[in-house]
Amino acid sequence: MSIDLQTVKKIASLSRISVTDAEAEAMVPELNNILGWVEQLGEVDVTGVEPMTAVIPNTLRLREDVVTDGNVRDRVLANAPQAEHGFFAVPKVIE
Amino acid sequence: MSNPADKSALTDLTVAEIRDGFRAGDFSAREVAEAFNANVAAAKALNAFIVETPEKALEAADAADRAKAAGEPLKPLAGVPIGMKDLFCTEGVQTTAASHMLEGFTPTYESTVSKKLWDAGAGMLGKLNLDQFAMGSSNETSYYGNVISPWRRGGGDNAALAPGGSSGGSSAAISARLCPAATGTDTGGSIRQPAAFTGISGIKPTYGRCSRWGIVAFASSLDQAGPMARTVRDNAILLETMAGFDPKDSTSLDLAVPQWEANLSSDLKGKKVGIPREYRPDGLNAEISAMWDRGIEWLKDAGAEVVEVSLPHTKYALPTYYIIAPAEASSNLARYDGVRYGQRDLPDGAGLQDMYAATRALGFGPEVKRRIMIGTYVLSAGFYDAYYTQAQKVRALIARDFEQAFEKCDLLLTPTAPSASFALGEKQADPLAMYLNDVFTVPASLAGLPAMAVPGGLDAQGLPLGLQIVGKALDEQTVLNAGLAIEERAGFTARPEKWW
Repeated sequence: MSIDLQTVKKIASLSRISVTDAEAEAMVPELNNILGWVEQLGEVDVTGVEPMTAVIPNTLRLREDVVTDGNVRDRVLANAPQAEHGFFAVPKVIE
Repeated sequence: MSNPADKSALTDLTVAEIRDGFRAGDFSAREVAEAFNANVAAAKALNAFIVETPEKALEAADAADRAKAAGEPLKPLAGVPIGMKDLFCTEGVQTTAASHMLEGFTPTYESTVSKKLWDAGAGMLGKLNLDQFAMGSSNETSYYGNVISPWRRGGGDNAALAPGGSSGGSSAAISARLCPAATGTDTGGSIRQPAAFTGISGIKPTYGRCSRWGIVAFASSLDQAGPMARTVRDNAILLETMAGFDPKDSTSLDLAVPQWEANLSSDLKGKKVGIPREYRPDGLNAEISAMWDRGIEWLKDAGAEVVEVSLPHTKYALPTYYIIAPAEASSNLARYDGVRYGQRDLPDGAGLQDMYAATRALGFGPEVKRRIMIGTYVLSAGFYDAYYTQAQKVRALIARDFEQAFEKCDLLLTPTAPSASFALGEKQADPLAMYLNDVFTVPASLAGLPAMAVPGGLDAQGLPLGLQIVGKALDEQTVLNAGLAIEERAGFTARPEKWW
């Protein structure tokens, strides 16, 4: 299947990346090339194969339910583009 | 050591030689750090570093010299300065992942792997350039400019060549003697391919050996840190320090770190080396093929038996990777939203959603955007099963191929990359042509296996070619030992002629 300009704009929007019309148009053949190439996976017989989620057998650990960090508000905020009164600041959101 | 000739000799030493020479009193740690700092400062033309930290290198060196003078026990890497790929968060030192997005980002914490290295006494020469967010195979996607390989083709051809990627700053700096060793990270070949392009060695350990905590994430099920250096022994030394269980990484393996250096042996008697027939497709570069044949002979000479094996799903590894890695990247890079760290672009009157989209358009380069969008598409409603689930299933088959091959052998020998280094700009226009560079390295990444690149020789143009050794999960020792056997027989002493 191939993707068109509308689809590219939709993907960009889902990805939260603003693109100009010219950029989106340039991406149509690029993305189609790559997607056309990965589609060869469809020919592999995967009957009875479980999707792989972990490459090395490992179990997710549980740790003691205790506080191990915290009290580092200023360090957390240190790299924020805009921090005010101990919070991350963002443009006004009114729904 | 006071004359300049001796200073330049210091930067020719390996990690092991620096460590041991410092202990023996042949030179001070400060002399070593100063010599490398001078080489770094004089190599701007390579653009290998994004940030230089000569003061950090001196600080660690002075601590080592003081400890030695006081007769205190010396740390394992006392006196050894190294380069740090700018994908590892370093407390108080800008960490960018070679992106505009993270320009100015100064972590308030230290990555586990870098902390282990500093705790072991190593000093930091600087933060090394890379492909943006580690996405690339030629170091041409960095926001801070291309890294230029110190190697040039013979015959007066001065074309700027790719140092490989994504760990291209690391590979260029090591081969140019700006640092004796460096960290790398490998998602689909980002340690091994740049090592091959610059005539050095590098190992990606088994997935889970090195903590991912504090490393800027690209594709979490594939990302692994590892060392890069000029010798196999140096890789063993550094990997011992970098590896180890970390409760802060949920996929970290809770296993003791083996004594890889002490157990190095190039005697391969009783070992079987598998040669995967799918890695020799029609049209494989004749010089690569010939080097591979020499590698096979070297391993036989070291006592190994050679058997042919089959990895039938090899041709599907790259397309599988280019679904899984972008899918994970699209999810991981969702964090760059202009709120918590990094750049923010807030156009006049923009709301929150507009700010996200503008910030990400500004902060990401074209290849990063391309991969995020591919990942978003293959994970989107209606396409998830056809692309992502299918890729995860094929990944299981690729891992099974290796398991079955390892019933017949103990390690695999292959070329590292399908060609020698290429000129900058040569493949930049065609993303697919660039992706094909990773054809021999991606399968082991998908299976989480330890894999190493070692120099195999030079091609007719005088450029390095690399051999790759792939081992069973957790068997880094056999990989290192086979690497050592090749290193002893290849006698690779070539180095780039200084032009920078």
